[in-house]
Amino acid sequence: MMGNLFTIGLGHYLALAGMLFVVGLMGVVMNRRNVIVWLMSIELMLLAATLNLVAFSHFGGGIAGQAFAMIVLTVAAAESAIGLAILVVAFRQRGEIAVSGLSDLKG
Amino acid sequence: MIAGAMFYVFALVLIASAVAVVSVRQPVNAVLFLILCFFNAAGLFLLLGAEFLAFILLIVYVGAVAVLFLFVVMMLDVQGDAPRPPLKRFLPMSLGVGAVLLVQVVVMAVFWPQAQAVISVATDIENTKALGRVLYTDFIYPFQVSGLVLLTAMIGAIALTQRGSRGTKRQNVQAQLDRRAEDVVSLHHVESGKGIL
Repeated sequence: MMGNLFTIGLGHYLALAGMLFVVGLMGVVMNRRNVIVWLMSIELMLLAATLNLVAFSHFGGGIAGQAFAMIVLTVAAAESAIGLAILVVAFRQRGEIAVSGLSDLKG
Repeated sequence: MIAGAMFYVFALVLIASAVAVVSVRQPVNAVLFLILCFFNAAGLFLLLGAEFLAFILLIVYVGAVAVLFLFVVMMLDVQGDAPRPPLKRFLPMSLGVGAVLLVQVVVMAVFWPQAQAVISVATDIENTKALGRVLYTDFIYPFQVSGLVLLTAMIGAIALTQRGSRGTKRQNVQAQLDRRAEDVVSLHHVESGKGIL
């Protein structure tokens, strides 16, 4: 039992990444306070995806998983830069970044 | 055995700090927990033998993205008109995050000889070299597209946040086109021997 528990396989990493993704998703769904926490939750979800890629790469997938994990990291960095820029502009215009305030496009 | 224990430590702190990111009230604390999150994810990458990605994660995320988040959080007054909390309210949380990071680094440093045996090197060439070999050959198109993504993000971020600064002289093309010679040029007959005035 102990040996089984401490032998880390692909399933352990997939379960961990799944938990991390769900935490990030909950952060997006349940957060109503500000958009910065949204962006951080999206970062968590992308981190979960990256973890999956690296885990598959380690457990027999070859180096391709790590190459694509790097590309996911690039996209995540670009996304946070754009998101924070939009956030700064939105704050300049409205003076707040509460999620509930961003409903101008609702019509 | 050691690898399994390390996986559980990293995984536990990772999930706990992720929950803290989405649940703490102050955005500054959330960013601190995000840093802790990335740190532990880097530890997991090390266990998986992806050391280049682990250090990229530390340098790019903790060094750049998290600092960007912190910068924005501190620049925007997200509390609005609520009274600004004093520094000592942030202090326990910051010290807690720092202490967990420090303990992990010290444990990693102390157990580094065993850890090196734990970190599995799958092939005979090292991770960075293997990654570099495929990144510039097999995956050259995704690599270039990611470069384009970064360029787009850079242009977009600059274009969004740039405000025209005061005091700089800029070319106004419409004003130049609207300018007519008959409006601004006048012909004066100057008699010889006299000045204009």
